[in-house]
Amino acid sequence: MARNSQKPELVLMQGNEAVAAGALAAGCDYFAGYPITPSTEIAEILAEELPKRGHTFIQMEDEIASIAAIIGASLAGAKSLTATSGPGFSLMQEGIGFAKITETPCVVVNVQRSGPSTGLPTSPAQGEIMQSRWGSHGDSPAIVLYPASVKESYALTIRAFNLAEKYRTCVILLMDEVIGHMREAISLPDISEIKIINRIKPTVPANWYKHYDENQKYLSPLASYGEGYRFHVTGLAHDQHGFPTNKPTEAGAMMERLEKKIVHNIRDLVQIESYMMEDANIAIFAAGIMARAAKAAVKIARAEGLKVGLLRPLTIWPFPDDAVRKMLKNVEYVVVPELNQGQFLHELRRLVKSTTDSKLIGFQRVNGTLITPTEILQKIKDVL
Amino acid sequence: MGKVSQRVVHNFLRHDKKFPHVWCAGCSNGTVLGTIIRAIAEQNLDRNNITMVSGIGCSSRMPVYIDLNTLHSLHGRAIAFATGIKTYKPGMKVIVVTGDGDCTAIGGNHLIHAARRNLDLTVIVINNNIYGMTGGQYSPTTPFEAKATTSPFGNFDTPFDICDLAIGAGATFVGRSTAFHTIELQKMIVDAMEHKGFSIIDVVSACPVIYGRMNKKGGPAEMMMAMRDNSILNTAAEKLPPEKVEGKIIRGILKKVDHPEYCERYAELCTKVKEMQHE
Repeated sequence: MARNSQKPELVLMQGNEAVAAGALAAGCDYFAGYPITPSTEIAEILAEELPKRGHTFIQMEDEIASIAAIIGASLAGAKSLTATSGPGFSLMQEGIGFAKITETPCVVVNVQRSGPSTGLPTSPAQGEIMQSRWGSHGDSPAIVLYPASVKESYALTIRAFNLAEKYRTCVILLMDEVIGHMREAISLPDISEIKIINRIKPTVPANWYKHYDENQKYLSPLASYGEGYRFHVTGLAHDQHGFPTNKPTEAGAMMERLEKKIVHNIRDLVQIESYMMEDANIAIFAAGIMARAAKAAVKIARAEGLKVGLLRPLTIWPFPDDAVRKMLKNVEYVVVPELNQGQFLHELRRLVKSTTDSKLIGFQRVNGTLITPTEILQKIKDVL
Repeated sequence: MGKVSQRVVHNFLRHDKKFPHVWCAGCSNGTVLGTIIRAIAEQNLDRNNITMVSGIGCSSRMPVYIDLNTLHSLHGRAIAFATGIKTYKPGMKVIVVTGDGDCTAIGGNHLIHAARRNLDLTVIVINNNIYGMTGGQYSPTTPFEAKATTSPFGNFDTPFDICDLAIGAGATFVGRSTAFHTIELQKMIVDAMEHKGFSIIDVVSACPVIYGRMNKKGGPAEMMMAMRDNSILNTAAEKLPPEKVEGKIIRGILKKVDHPEYCERYAELCTKVKEMQHE
């Protein structure tokens, strides 16, 4: 072969295309969705690709039905996906809570656009930082991933499926509209090199099976409908078998389990990029497209001799508390550029010692346009 | 016969787990559960291959009591969850148990679209004309002028006819029976489950504790007798002049047509697409 096998071929891809490709690489065999810009390409690609593989694509009547269908499919054994944007994401919140309380793996992609309501379709925004954490009623920890490039959209989609299967929960992939529609040349890894995690299957006889087995480090085996286990699934508080309960001890244990399986595995879940932070006295904290603008700003600042660095979460929930605390300890100021009215800033305030701490410098924009590297740089200079 | 039949029911119940049940004395839900079990037993199906899905409401508590694959889902969304199960595992028999509010108010959109797709689900609507679990508010099937806690002066809203709605939406099997006519209902459930395509049965039911009391319908026995006396088979109704049928509940299979089923068509599509790739 003339082609060097060490150097994979570059492909030009949109972020949304990369999500679809990542989903297929992860073994996604079920998609249910409803059209909404700027996420629709994901549905369009999977409408073409899934039937070729004998897998299911279905266009549902709305987003509520879409999240319900992917949970139903997952209970029957599917690795299932839906993709949407703000208004649809709002409609899916009750279903997301159901997936969490019933510990049913599934992946929801939200390609964010300006809100609230119909907002500015379909200009970029980062308005669902908090909704992706707290959107569904009641307490339930969240796993939310946030890519900053097309290549990372591919990788984090695979990771989203892996975490959904491993932790038996609904994992959310938050995308920026700009990343979803931006084209970049990326090299796709060889399928054989991708690490795929599938749910653990039970091996016990049917009458020994517990749908929620607390003796398994919170990551318990999961049977599918049709495999002979005949388990019950309900959105009510339930015992280990899945049967509804009103007992405070059992309901409390269930809630504790939901929380602990995230909190106790935080090191496995959190991913951050630390860029030029070693000697930085000013840090930028940003995710997604804002982290890219921030990185460009860091490069210009460094060329000008300013000690600026970037801390970028790839997993935004659970929040990278330790990394953020370390950053806050080491720098004089943290600039937080974000396309919302201060959602990351709000979370960072939780980690500073005093509410009057002037270390945190917010930089927000919600008019449907991006914040440029030059503007971030100017903000830094204003601070100094 | 009675004893054998009881054993059948007992055999299908999670009797050592979640009993006593939540339903009020005189409620039709238990009667319908027994009838569904007998219909399943009659078909000699592998129960590992049957999933029962429900939404939220009194009738939607049913799946917890029956030893099948069971899913007690979200209010109104039973059919949407069932769609996910069925379209991923087309070989699975999927029964949806739902109430009038769950199915036709909050879940109306999913009902009409599953009917339109002709997805092979069997939907059993336990229609008691009221929201029981929340204490007796009027539903989309509460009759005109009937009392409910949110229609204290009588219901001024226009009710749905669930069968007409399903027929209009493209369901290929539509039937109606009552909680009194259990033999007829059992046969109808068997027919519906054997039907390839979307099937729905409107089961006229009694909520004596709330609906019956608020509307002076008497106790459970009186409400059962009313089902017997105020209903007529569609085949008999056809032979009568319209004035003799007016106000009666029409029972029977109201529509049954053959039409390609959703999962079968999807499988054909997959085959076609694969062939196109090889060309």
